[in-house]
Amino acid sequence: MSEQTGEKTPERKSNAKVIGWCLSGVVGMFAFGFALVPLYEVFCEITGINGKTGGRYEASATQQVDENRTVTVQFLASNGPGMTWKFRPVVRSVQVHPGESVTINYYAENPTDQPMVGQAVPSLAPSEGTLFFHKTECFCFNQQPLEAGESVEMPLVFIVDRDLPEHITKLTLSYTLYDQGKQAEVSKSDRAQTTTNNNG
Amino acid sequence: MSAVADTHTQDHHHGPAKGISRWLLTTNHKDIGSMYLIFSFAMFLLGGSMAMVIRAELFQPGLQIVEPEFFNQMTTMHGLIMVFGAVMPAFVGLANWMLPLMVGAPDMALPRMNNWSFWLLPCAFLILVSTLFMQGGAPDFGWTFYAPLSTTYGPPSTTFFIFAVHIMGVSSIMGAINVVATILNMRAPGMTLMKMPLFVWTWLITAFLLIAVMPVLAGVVTMMLMDIHFGTSFFDASGGGDPVLFQHVFWFFGHPEVYIMILPAFGAISHIVSAFSRKPLFGYASMVYAVGAIAIMSFMVWAHHMFTVGMPLAGQLFFMYATMLIAVPTGVKVFNWVTTMFRGSLSFEAPMLFSVAFIILFTIGGFSGLMLAIAPADFQYHDTYFVVAHFHYVLVPGAIFGIFASAYFWLPKWTGHMYDETLAKTHFWLSFIGMNLAFFPMHFLGLAGMPRRIPDYALQFTDFNMISSIGAFMFGATQLLFLFIVVKCVKGGKKAPAKPWDGAEGLEWTVPSPAPYHTFSTPPEVK
Amino acid sequence: MRVHAKRAVALAAGLLLPVTVMADWTMNMSPGVTSTSNQIFSLHMTILWICVAIGVVVFGVMFWSIFAHRKSRGAKPANFHENTVVEVLWTIIPLAILVAMAIPATATLVEMYDTTESDVDIKITGYQWRWQYEYIDDDFSFFSNMSTPREQIRNRQAKGEHYLLEVDNPLVIPVGKKVRFLLTANDVIHSWWVPAFGVKKDAIPGFINETWTRVDVPGTYRGQCTELCGKDHGFMPVVVRAVPEEEYNEWVAEQREMAEMERQLTEKDWTLEELMVRGERAYLTACASCHQADGTGLPPAFPALKGSQMALQDMPAHIEIVVNGSPGTAMQAFGNQLSEVDLAAVITYERNAWGNNTGEMVTPKEIYDYKNQQ
Repeated sequence: MSEQTGEKTPERKSNAKVIGWCLSGVVGMFAFGFALVPLYEVFCEITGINGKTGGRYEASATQQVDENRTVTVQFLASNGPGMTWKFRPVVRSVQVHPGESVTINYYAENPTDQPMVGQAVPSLAPSEGTLFFHKTECFCFNQQPLEAGESVEMPLVFIVDRDLPEHITKLTLSYTLYDQGKQAEVSKSDRAQTTTNNNG
Repeated sequence: MSAVADTHTQDHHHGPAKGISRWLLTTNHKDIGSMYLIFSFAMFLLGGSMAMVIRAELFQPGLQIVEPEFFNQMTTMHGLIMVFGAVMPAFVGLANWMLPLMVGAPDMALPRMNNWSFWLLPCAFLILVSTLFMQGGAPDFGWTFYAPLSTTYGPPSTTFFIFAVHIMGVSSIMGAINVVATILNMRAPGMTLMKMPLFVWTWLITAFLLIAVMPVLAGVVTMMLMDIHFGTSFFDASGGGDPVLFQHVFWFFGHPEVYIMILPAFGAISHIVSAFSRKPLFGYASMVYAVGAIAIMSFMVWAHHMFTVGMPLAGQLFFMYATMLIAVPTGVKVFNWVTTMFRGSLSFEAPMLFSVAFIILFTIGGFSGLMLAIAPADFQYHDTYFVVAHFHYVLVPGAIFGIFASAYFWLPKWTGHMYDETLAKTHFWLSFIGMNLAFFPMHFLGLAGMPRRIPDYALQFTDFNMISSIGAFMFGATQLLFLFIVVKCVKGGKKAPAKPWDGAEGLEWTVPSPAPYHTFSTPPEVK
Repeated sequence: MRVHAKRAVALAAGLLLPVTVMADWTMNMSPGVTSTSNQIFSLHMTILWICVAIGVVVFGVMFWSIFAHRKSRGAKPANFHENTVVEVLWTIIPLAILVAMAIPATATLVEMYDTTESDVDIKITGYQWRWQYEYIDDDFSFFSNMSTPREQIRNRQAKGEHYLLEVDNPLVIPVGKKVRFLLTANDVIHSWWVPAFGVKKDAIPGFINETWTRVDVPGTYRGQCTELCGKDHGFMPVVVRAVPEEEYNEWVAEQREMAEMERQLTEKDWTLEELMVRGERAYLTACASCHQADGTGLPPAFPALKGSQMALQDMPAHIEIVVNGSPGTAMQAFGNQLSEVDLAAVITYERNAWGNNTGEMVTPKEIYDYKNQQ
């Protein structure tokens, strides 16, 4: 902008150049709008601000268990709209020491007369704790098919990080189970590795 | 409002073409400016009549006139039409008319694109308004169209709404590019950037904002379109998406959009206050820097619209501080205007009346904005009528009064006639009283606990709602008077001199009134 | 620290609250009944007065100019147009005022975010258009629907005192305890607000949000959903009853017992006779005022059930109308007002009483499955 300031014959300046710059701005910002999606995802992963817990945690070194500290981890279950399954945690809450690996189960049952596929979406409160909640194994990594009337106990293995901020004494993990359609023949082995999302 | 009637003789250029093709095919900035202004006023009346439906329903508790479904369609359409159909096109119209005159250019830089960008608008709004008659009704999810209410739960007409937003986005972007090219390339010799009139400055910055955020809006509606029709899940939690992400992207557009609707008014008001104070504008340079600062900061405060979504503490604090900071440059502008008036020689014709009201009421809107910026207090204000009061105080006396002030200020230049001052003052006072009556009680309603966007309310809110509705009807009816004043002014009236306001400055007052069809064919020299 | 003073203010506010709420000309925010809401209130008032003070100065100068520097009074314009000192000053002074505002605001915000050490955890789920409250540690939950009759909304009946702000099952919380709310939504975004607590938080589908309150004064507090959530957004109030701890414990015990009983009843194998006995009782409370005790109804508004086509033959339609109601008519949706057992019993009763001897039976399990399929 400033380069034009001093010029004395402005009317013959190139419109094409201005249009070019503006259009590249427009295209850039349109792309930026879409880029906000992965950027937000990355931003959330780094800061944990939206409470979405990370994907599979690969512990580099096994953490030492902090016996002196106890954190309550509370489990919630919700059904998405139109989801008919029975879905609940087997235990309401557990007391854990930071650093220890804990396994709990969620119970799911398909009471309908058709085979269905469910997908659980996790969310953690307070969101500040998200970064310090690691799942080494979770049913939410995969879609879960259930035959008509079938029930299953789905495991979750997690570690609460030793670096969890001192003022956090309770973590609430909530899963919302969504209906992913009624695929007629769902072979468990086929579906086991598929996820529709990377929400972990 | 044919500003330049065909009968006027032109110096050495062809006059306008005859008949309908003049308007369809015109590349003349004055014709296109007039069309923009007429279109925006039509949309103002349409959006306003929807507001009348809303206020009529809210006149008393209980459901009397419309069903809740239709009420939601009214609030949504009112917002969309006022923002995209009334305020933004009105400013583009003013820009078309005045920018070439103010910078001493013969026309806009890209006249053919100018024609196209105007004619896209009626198409977009035809589509948008037609949704009212579709199966399932018009969009009913508020002008902020939060997902998943607007995606998974939206009416079938949502697709048409998205298409309309795309078209108006293209129109705005083309208009903005045209403004940028005109200002950067077409200035008269000697007019350096820091000699540009403030209206030109504010429009230049507004155009950059438009270029920056309209594509983001296009992006967010495109994502909605993909969620609705192509099975993606940007905003659908069941597929790993995040509804809150929608709000982040929307408000990344939405907050600068608020300034898009106010910055050009800042510029126009600066001219008018200075003209009717017969004194140069105080702090020209700081005005320019303040507008620039507001524009840049507008990109860093979007999440103050989302204090209740559950952001972590650090996020809340950042957006609270950033938002409060915007009060500083905004304050500078208000102080500058007041100081411009101080020790001037003031007279109060209609443009000045609207400008003074602008400063007072916009400042009140700014105060409530500051209160809303305080995150903990926002938990009580958020999504209540306090917010409704706040943004109507910013937009009605801000954008709308700014447009009225500009219209009265430049009407003599456009039509060659003076408007009827008595009627214009009546228009002002009725608008002023109606507007305050309509929107001031909304502060009380919000503080007392009335949520926004509800078709019916608890009994303790009855009295203030009734007052508010009466004020709204008054304000609405008064705008027909404006139509009358303008038509009367176009048809005849006292001949206007080239410079009808003795304190006015600028190149636009050096051409005769009405401005000839072609002006500044040879650029003027700016000393 | 100043907690006692705050409590006293809160108490006074609580005593005054019924008066202020009912006054039709309430112009200001209510200080509320929690320390959070009181802090917000004082923050609100501080900033309001600062704004008023700035306004007085700025508008004072302006009005002085308007009156004294009019052309009609012969004012001659000065010609100054900048003054660096003044301009720097009015950039720095507002900045200082803003910093002064930000400090208490930050302190309040930090406290609002402290959700630790809660005594009671309640999960709140927003549905179109009702709230579900789940007492996580006590294993029971219920829906809370607006209970204002349609007739009042349609202006066919005088509006009650708590028009639109009343529900069938209010949330009950203990006084003086830290209650933590975990919010989520089933369908679209809702927002849970009780002005007297200074608590407002969005309920977002698929995500969990948390907030908390500690109510010092027993009473009934009312709020509304504050995020546009569709057609009946204006009709999903929040009602919270804060009760002393003993009363709360009794209430919880009662709810648990009832929940346990419901579970047993739903799972139990019912006989036609048992359902008929229970159904008659439920029918008399829920249905008889319109359809009459003898099933003859009050046609045309309230059709007879005795001998009706639906009660004799079309069982799925019968279940549907009782559970979901019939839009546009006086027939309400009883799906969330009655338990599965009562729904099953009422439908069974209607199909077998007054000579409607179909001999057919609807079990609570069937109702449960039907409701879950929706």
